[in-house]
This record gives sequence, C-alpha cells and structure tokens, in this order.
Amino acid sequence: MSLLVLSLLLATPIVVVLSSVFFPAGDIWAHLLDTVLTRYARNSLLLMAGVSVGVLSLGIFPAWLVTVYRFPCSKVLEWALLLPLAIPAYIIAYTYTGMLDVAGPLQSNLREAFGWRYGDYWFPEIRSLGGAIAMLSLVFYPYVYLLARAAFTEQSGSVMEAARSLGCSKRGAFLRVALPLARPAIVVGLSIALMETLADYGTVQYFGLSTFTTGIYRTWNGLGSSTGAAQLSALLLGFVFILLSLEAWSRQQSQFFNTGARNRPSDPEALQGLSLCLAYAVCGLPVLFGFIVPFLQLLFWASITYDTILTSDFAGYLFNSVTLAALTAGAALGLALFIAYGKRAFPSTMSRFSARLVGLGYALPGTVVAIGVLVPFAWFDNRLSEFMTVNFNYNTGLLLSGTVFILIFAYLVRFLPIALNTVDAGLAKIRPSMDEAGRSMGLGPATLLRRVHIPIMRGSLATALLLVFVDVLKELPATLLLRPFNFNTLAIRTFELANEERLADAAGPALAIVLASLIPVILLSRTLRQAGEAPSSLPQASLPSDENR
Amino acid sequence: MTSPALQLDNVSVHLGGKLIVDSVSFRVPAGGIGCLLGASGCGKTTLLRAIAGFESVSSGSVSLDGAQVSTPEKTLDIEKRRVGMVFQDHSLFPHLSVRDNIAFGLQSLNASKRDARVDELARLLAIGDLLDAYPHRLSGGQQQRVAIARAMAPRPEVLLLDEPFSSLDVELREQLAREIRGVLKHEGITAILVSHNQFEAFAMADEIGVIKGGKLLQWDNAFNLYHTPASLAVADFIGEGVLIDGRAVGEHTVETELGVIDTRQIQDFNLPGTIDISLLLRPDDVFHDDASPTKARVVEKAFRGAVFLYTLELESGKRVLSLAPSHHDHAIGEPMGIRLDVEHLVAFPKLPVV
Amino acid sequence: MIRKQLLSLATCAALIAAGCVSAAEVNVYSARSEELIKPALDRFSEETGIEVNLITESADALIRRIELEGANSPADVLLTVDAGRLFRAKEAGILAPLESEILTQRIPAAYRDPDNQWFGLSLRSRVIMFDKSRVSADEIASYEDLADPKWKGEICIRSSGNIYNQSLLASLIEHLGEEATEAWAEGLVANMARRPQGGDRDQIRAAVAGQCKLAVSNTYYLAGMLNSSVAADVDVAKQVGVIWPNQADRGAHMNVSGAGMIKTAKNPDEAQQLIEFLSDDYAQQWYAEVNNEYSVRADIPVSATLQGFGSFKADQLNLEALGKNNEAAVRLADRAGWQ
Repeated sequence: MSLLVLSLLLATPIVVVLSSVFFPAGDIWAHLLDTVLTRYARNSLLLMAGVSVGVLSLGIFPAWLVTVYRFPCSKVLEWALLLPLAIPAYIIAYTYTGMLDVAGPLQSNLREAFGWRYGDYWFPEIRSLGGAIAMLSLVFYPYVYLLARAAFTEQSGSVMEAARSLGCSKRGAFLRVALPLARPAIVVGLSIALMETLADYGTVQYFGLSTFTTGIYRTWNGLGSSTGAAQLSALLLGFVFILLSLEAWSRQQSQFFNTGARNRPSDPEALQGLSLCLAYAVCGLPVLFGFIVPFLQLLFWASITYDTILTSDFAGYLFNSVTLAALTAGAALGLALFIAYGKRAFPSTMSRFSARLVGLGYALPGTVVAIGVLVPFAWFDNRLSEFMTVNFNYNTGLLLSGTVFILIFAYLVRFLPIALNTVDAGLAKIRPSMDEAGRSMGLGPATLLRRVHIPIMRGSLATALLLVFVDVLKELPATLLLRPFNFNTLAIRTFELANEERLADAAGPALAIVLASLIPVILLSRTLRQAGEAPSSLPQASLPSDENR
Repeated sequence: MTSPALQLDNVSVHLGGKLIVDSVSFRVPAGGIGCLLGASGCGKTTLLRAIAGFESVSSGSVSLDGAQVSTPEKTLDIEKRRVGMVFQDHSLFPHLSVRDNIAFGLQSLNASKRDARVDELARLLAIGDLLDAYPHRLSGGQQQRVAIARAMAPRPEVLLLDEPFSSLDVELREQLAREIRGVLKHEGITAILVSHNQFEAFAMADEIGVIKGGKLLQWDNAFNLYHTPASLAVADFIGEGVLIDGRAVGEHTVETELGVIDTRQIQDFNLPGTIDISLLLRPDDVFHDDASPTKARVVEKAFRGAVFLYTLELESGKRVLSLAPSHHDHAIGEPMGIRLDVEHLVAFPKLPVV
Repeated sequence: MIRKQLLSLATCAALIAAGCVSAAEVNVYSARSEELIKPALDRFSEETGIEVNLITESADALIRRIELEGANSPADVLLTVDAGRLFRAKEAGILAPLESEILTQRIPAAYRDPDNQWFGLSLRSRVIMFDKSRVSADEIASYEDLADPKWKGEICIRSSGNIYNQSLLASLIEHLGEEATEAWAEGLVANMARRPQGGDRDQIRAAVAGQCKLAVSNTYYLAGMLNSSVAADVDVAKQVGVIWPNQADRGAHMNVSGAGMIKTAKNPDEAQQLIEFLSDDYAQQWYAEVNNEYSVRADIPVSATLQGFGSFKADQLNLEALGKNNEAAVRLADRAGWQ
C-alpha cells in the first residue's frame, strides 16, 4: 500500500504532464502538423537509431574484449571505458565544436597550411545529425558497456567452451552464444542510453537540430503554449513507454538466461600482433574520443581562464553539487530498494504498473519534469498556507517549493528509474530459494537483506548509487528551475557561461564536474571488479561429497 | 592395423607454471569407452581439457585418429578437432530450445538432415517430448541427456564427458551411466569419461585409468583394477577394503592378526618379497562366523538390503570391513566372530611407518 | 564558506518555513545570468544595506514558476534579457505597475511599458556583420536586403528558436506586415549558408572562416569577443565590420533587458529601489562597460569598444510590439522553414 502511495507520489509530475492532453491547446497542433512535427519526429527517430548503433558498437565490443582477453593495460581500460559517463553531453558537444567547427583551430590551420578557402576541401560538419549522434554515443555508450560487461562476466566459461566444442570459432561462439545471452542486459543499457538521448536538450539545441525535445521548448517559449508543450511531452512519453516495456520484457528474459555458476572464470587469453592492435583500437578509441580529447580541450581552455575560475564561490558550487548528488544518490537507492522489494514481495499488476509509471521520468526533458514537480508542490503549499492562515492566522508561505527538498524530489523523479533498473537487475539474480533458505534459518526480512541480499547485490547497488550521483552532478534543467535563492551548482555555472558563448570560461566548472564524477566512476569500477571476484550470485550446483570410499 | 581413436603419449600439462598432468600415456580404440578416475584435484579434468584442446600440453602429444592435435608447439583449435564435450554443469545454451541446443553443432547440415539427426538422438536419449522446452524448465537428469545429445549430434571423433553425472542423485547416476553407455556403443562413439566415482566408471567404461597426483597409475579394465591393482594407491582407491599388516613367515604362509593364510589356496598370488607386507582385504574376504575365535567389535554398520557392511575393530585397534547377510544383526559395540575366507588376495611391501 | 553552504542546504527549508526575514531584502528572479548581474546587485546591497537574493533561469521558466507559486511567491523583481518576455510576464498578470518618477524620467517611452509594468534597463541592437576582407560596408543597408538573392549561400544566422531572432521577426511584422515578413523569411532561409546552428559568436566566426559573408548578431557579442581573454576570438572579431541596418529609414532593430516588479511582491519598496538603482548612473555605466550594452539613457557615455562600431539611428518602435508579435513570428518562421 505504502508502495503504491510512494509510486503515485513520484509519478505525480508524469500525471501532470499526461493530464495536459485533456486541455485544449488551440490550433497549435494544426500548426505543428503543417510545419514542423514531421521534422521533429524524423530527427528524433534518426537520432535514436543512430545513437543505438553508436552505443551498441562502442559498448559491446570493448566489454567483450576486456572480459575475455588480457592485454597490456586491459585492466586500466576496463575502468577507463566508464570515464565518458563523467562528461555532460552538452559539454562534449561544446568541446568538439570548439575544435572541429569551421572556425575552430583544426580547420583554420588546415586552411592556413594549404592556402585553402572554405569550400575548397571537405570536412565533416560537426553540428549535424551525424555529429549529434557521435556526441551522444560517446557519452552514453558506458551504459551499454557497463551492463554488457556485467553480463559477459557472469556468463559461465563452459558455455563458450561448449560452443567451441560444437565447432564454433571464437567469433562464431561470440555471435551465437555470448551475444544472445547478453542481449537482455544490453537492451537494458540501450534503453537507458536512448532515454538519455530523448531527454537531451543541450546538444541538439546547440547543433540546431529540431527534435521532439527542442520542439517542446519551442512550443512553450516561442509559441507561448505550455499546454501544447505538455502535450508534445505526453506524446514523447508514448515512445518511452514502449522503450520501458521492451526493457522490462528483456529483464524478464534474463532471469532464464542464467548460465549457471561461473565455474572457473575462463582464463583471459593473451592477445598479440594484429589482434592486439585491434583490441587497443576498439577499447581505446571510445576512451580517447569520449573522454581524453574533450578533457584535454577543457583543460586547455581552463588554463587560459583559471584566474577567473577559482573564485571564493567556486568551493560553494562544488560543495552544493556534491552534497546534492550524494543525498539524492542515497535517497534513490533507498527508494529503489523499497520499490523493488515491494514488487518482489507483493507482485501485482498494480505495483508493476506504478513502478513503470515512476520509470517514465527519466526520458523527459528536465524542465518538463521540473514544472511537473512544481505544479503539485506549489498547489500543496498554497492550500496549506490558506488553511493555516484561516485557522491559525499564521501564513506558512511556500513550505516546500523553492527548497532543497523539492529539488531532490525532482532529481528522484528523473533518476530513480536508473536506480530502480539497476537494483531490479541485481535482485533478479537472487533466487527465491535463497530467501527461503535464509528465512528457514531464522533470518528476518531486515537481516536477510543485510546478510544475504546486500552482499550479493553489492555490485548492482554501487552501480545504482554512482550512476545517480553522476547524473545529479550533471543535471541542469530541474536545478535551474527549482533551486532556492542564491544556490548555485557547477552545472549551472557551466551552463550560464557556455550559454553566454564563453566556452573558455565555462571550462573551469565543467572540468570540476568531470573531476568530481571521476572519483565515483573509479570507485564504481573498483567495486564492480571486487563484486566480480566475489562468489557468483548463483548457487553452485552442489557437488555430492565423495561416495567412493 | 588402424590407429587408435585416441592416443596420448607422455602428455604433461602445466597450469600457471605448476605441473598438473605428469607424463600420461594411454590409448583408446575406436568405439571404446575410457574413464579417467581419481579424487578431485588429481589432474583428471585438466587432462580431459588438454585432450579437448582447451589447455595446451607442455610435453608429449595427443593424437586423434592418428593425427597429432596437441604438441607443445601446436594446439589445434578445439572447433577443428571434432571432439564433443559434455560439461559437468551441462552448460546448455539457455537462450535456445532443446531442439536448437542439440542442432547447434549441425550448422553444416541442411534443415531436414538436421531435424532427422535431432530426432534420432532425442529418441535414443528419450527426450523426444522435451524438444520444444527451454533448458530452465528441465530437471538435472533431463539437462544431462540434452547435453549428451548435443555433444553427440555432430558425430565427434571422441566424446569427452567431464563428471557428467556428478550433479545427479545416486540412484539416477548408475542407471543413466549404463543407458549412456548403451547409446555410445550403439553409435559407435569413442568416449572418455572423467569421474571420481568408481561405480560410475565401472558402469560405463571399458577401461579405466586411475590418476593420482597427475600421474596415471594404472590403465586397465574394471575387473583387473579391482582384483589385481598394480599399486597400493590403486588398491586403496578402487573398491572398498582395508590394508592389514602381515608377515611372510614361510614360502606359502602369511601371518595376520586375523589368522594364518595359506597362500597356496589363493589364485595368482605372489608375495612381494619382503617379510613385512600389507594385505588388501575386501569386505567379502572377511566372513561372519560366530564360532570363530577371532572377535572384533562392531564400530559402524550400514544396511544394504541383503547384507550389512560392518566396520569392525580388532583388538589391536585396526579396523576391517566385513559383509554379512543382513539377518546377522549385531548391535554397535557388540563383539562379533569373524574369519578370513580368502580366494583372492593382493599383497604389497609394507610401507615404512611414518 | 563550506559551513555556510552546509547551513543553507540543511536548514533552508526550516528557515524559509520560519520566515527567515532578518534584515531588509529583495528577491530577484533573473533571466540574466549571475555572472552578468551579480556585481551590480552586490553594489546595490553595499549602498542600501538591502540584501539581494537571486535565482537565475530562463525567463519563461521563471514566469511559469511565479505563476505556479501564486500569492505566496517570494519573487519581488523579474529581470529579463528581452522585451518579449517582459511583455509575456505582463500578459500573464504577474507584474504590478510601478509609479516612479525617477524611472519615467530616466527611461525613454519606447523602452518601457505604457502601463509602467516593466522598464528597459539596457539596450542592444541586432545588426549585420561582415567579413571586411570580402565585403564592403556599402554592399548592404537593411534587414530587407538579407533576403536579396545576391546573398545566396552567404548568410549565417542562428536558429529561429532564439528569442533575438524572434524579436527581430516581430519587429519586421510590425513594420512590414506579416505577409511581407514571411516572404522575407523565406528569402532569408534561401540565402542561408548553412542550417542555423550555434550562437551569435559562431555566426561571426563562420563569416571570418569563409563559410559565409554576412552574419547576424547582437552587438555585445562582437564587443565581448573583442575583449575576450581568448586570443583567437579577438583576432576574429577584428576582421569583422558592423553594418547598422535601415539607417535611411526606421533605424536598427533594438531590444532591451529590463525589469518589472511582481504583483505579489512582499518587498515592494525594496523592489522599487532596486529597479531605480539599476537605472542610475553607476549601474548604467556598469552595463555599458562590463556588458558592452548601450544605456537606455542618452546621457550615459558608450563604452570604448562600442564606440568603435560607430553611432547609429535606433528604431523607435515601442518594444511592446515584440512581445505581441512573438507567437506570430515563431509560426511564421516554422512556415518559412527557418529551423
């Protein structure tokens, strides 16, 4: 029951958005249909298709290589591949544009060196659909990588050996066994990446691409129709619901895809020669272009402007960002555990549906979520204020709106889905028989959680915690709209300077976001490695004791 | 003369710099079933994996059908050696139905031939009505049948089975082992089984190799291993029994705590040539006889239907085993008369007391 | 510092509930970024002892927030960076008229609301810039010329999603009528060197890089590049010339940043003081020097950088028109295919 209440509470912003479909929006729809809607839809679909291809190829192959092979620095690459998570999508867009744009240093130098003029040579247009796909793929592939790697690690080595013994080459075994087995996990990662893509505003706006997301803003700001904007958002939610259903279905499949205990983690094979070079390319390029290059560009810019960056306020931004991220990550983990267990303990269509509803927040543009959060909170505050004024002659004012509380609530609406996904996936690995075994030994639910589930799910829990942490650190739109007075974060600082087209000045706070995210990303990769070494989460097929004596 | 289906010559395998398999040689004729028997950690599984091609050999060679597939210089990839492998944990592909699992290695056949082969194996292994199910729905025994069918489907040169029955319960085990033996013989498939369970080995294999510490102690059929073990270690491992001390006091006389044995009554008996010897007493060598002057105290007993297996303690504290018809029911702690009735005996030089 | 932040974070909810009103204060919702307004606000606090609390965000979001917060909204003053949003705030009914002789005296009528609900505080013009190496200043004279086919493939301009382009379109609708403006927009789209992308500075850079000959940008962006700490930006900016459009007729399109007092303001006196302060000599000079904007007041000198752009005739259209025509402008852009 409390589960349902909680889910509904978290889903209020979504309901607010969805309810917009019952209000008239004038002739906005006729206008949109006549003019821009097809372009929005086409660009969004193309973007999603392109990002799918991008994150799958950037995520799956490195995950496979670092799991199955060993080569110099493979351990370093294993965690370095997560680093692009630390870079906000719009920041990577800014850095690459700064470098590759027609007016950027690369093209300018080319022109100078060869005496070319613009148009004399071909150069890929960075601010294009292709460019946006590349940018978003570079920062969102780690979701696929993370989940694919976990799936590959959990696969029993003997399943691969079985395939080899049945005449499959290594490649054949990968394609016919390892990949299909990892598919559910990969689909989960893909759906996270695609929801992030749908929610992205900064990159597509900067690149001048009209997508559903920019369309929502344009309808709201330009056409002055908040109802029309909300209705567009509701349409977007349709997309998302399909994605989420796909993801849920995939997760269900994965329960059956357990390959049994990880007997003898099949010895990583050493690579040499051409295949070594290829492995470096496959694992190194995502890190190079997703992290190192933009990082160096930021570092370069920051070196020009460092004296204006390190003001006394800077520590405050950093503190606010990190504190919010930590608080939200903790809260998200707690709630995700609560909801996931609720679903497990009382499976019902209702609890599944409410969990699904909560999941929708992730793909909505942050501002839409923020307004969806503000509507019910402001309503509550104002009713309370009226009530208190009438009955006690005391005006409570806006009790919750404009506080850190509402901000964290909005973050939860946006990011609880990733925590929930990850925790769900971890919980799915714990067979009901283990609960029963624990209960039979007299463990209460709390003890069971502490002594059995948490140790087993450690990797998943750490993943949930740190994904939310990093996402909050990068979050911008909801923070902008809902924050209290005089409250700034690194993301806001970065955005405001970048928005003034002062990229070099924006580099300092952007760099701080990256560095602050780096710590948890590194911690995450370490925890995952430890969790990987811990006894497998699946009960070992018990070997009968020696009976030959 | 045709070359044996499988031949190992002085095969050694190192893992992580450690010698795991130490100079093992044996051969299995086409259609024969061999078993590598040993306690866990003895190196038998590593040897099997070396035959499969999962591990490379550090010396010696493995030949399949006369062709060397593993030498220290070259390890032919597993997918090219035409060996089938059945894994301890079955390792069925969870994303494929039983039919697709079995057909996995039949890519080169056309659909109708593939189906025909799957159906044939399904019939042989009595899993015809499981073909559309997915592995997670199957019991352990069913999974094992599917795993064997899958490995046999491409008609491998040699089928390798790694502790195939260890996850099954005891009753099922021997029955399935005999059944699988029937199928293998029917198909004429050469097979190597790895097991730590001698009854499984007896039920399935033509010849058995006992492995200890990476060394092959003896390669022989079950009867010979039991009755004429080549070493104390083999004797100790195969069958139930205890070693008791004896003294060779004359050419044909051995004194033991249980009485004097006239070795002329025993077939094929040779004294090892030392005075202090160890004698292997099987439970069927020690008879229950209330009239016997030799008494021993019952320490443990196990009901086995027709017989009891008694563990008895002699006055010296030495323990022996005895099979007695189950109507001779003695309580634990009671003394019981016993006598030796040896038709068959193996003696080894007594090991120096450590 | 850290402790202060911790305090604000952990106890803000409690403090606000308890009404953390200690001294005189004024609450500002600003669409102008913190970097570009905070110094002036700090100066105000210094002079008056009135504490200023600040939130920055886009104007539309702030207007929506004030609407939703309703009677209890803490906002006293709304600052925006364009006239259209001030008009929209007025339409939303969240602004209160402010009867201030100081403001009506200082600020020309074209740059404030006829009902005194909002006041322009700084001026910027949207002008045509050109690469001096390839274009001479006499080749183009008006916004209308941007649609001339002779500039085919030679114009860089950002998205029509940007408010400054919407305001330019709105002013053209007012002057030329909707039909003529739509034809103009179609001509402009046909002349674009590339799909609209990036910000105003990007248009300037692209012109110098040779992708186009003309760029449309607000004046302060070019001034900002001239004063940039990034050497490359300075180099680019030096190669660009400014054309003041329509000097022969109505004058260059102007826009303002401005302020209005919120209807439900809890600190109306402080709000008025703040808006008046922002129109006084100090603040106006600060706008001119630091932000490279033009003062709304004729008596305030123009910054050295801006002087380099020359003097110009400004369009005297009342800026209320920009807000009124905004929706029509966006629809028109959608129809004309201006992304």
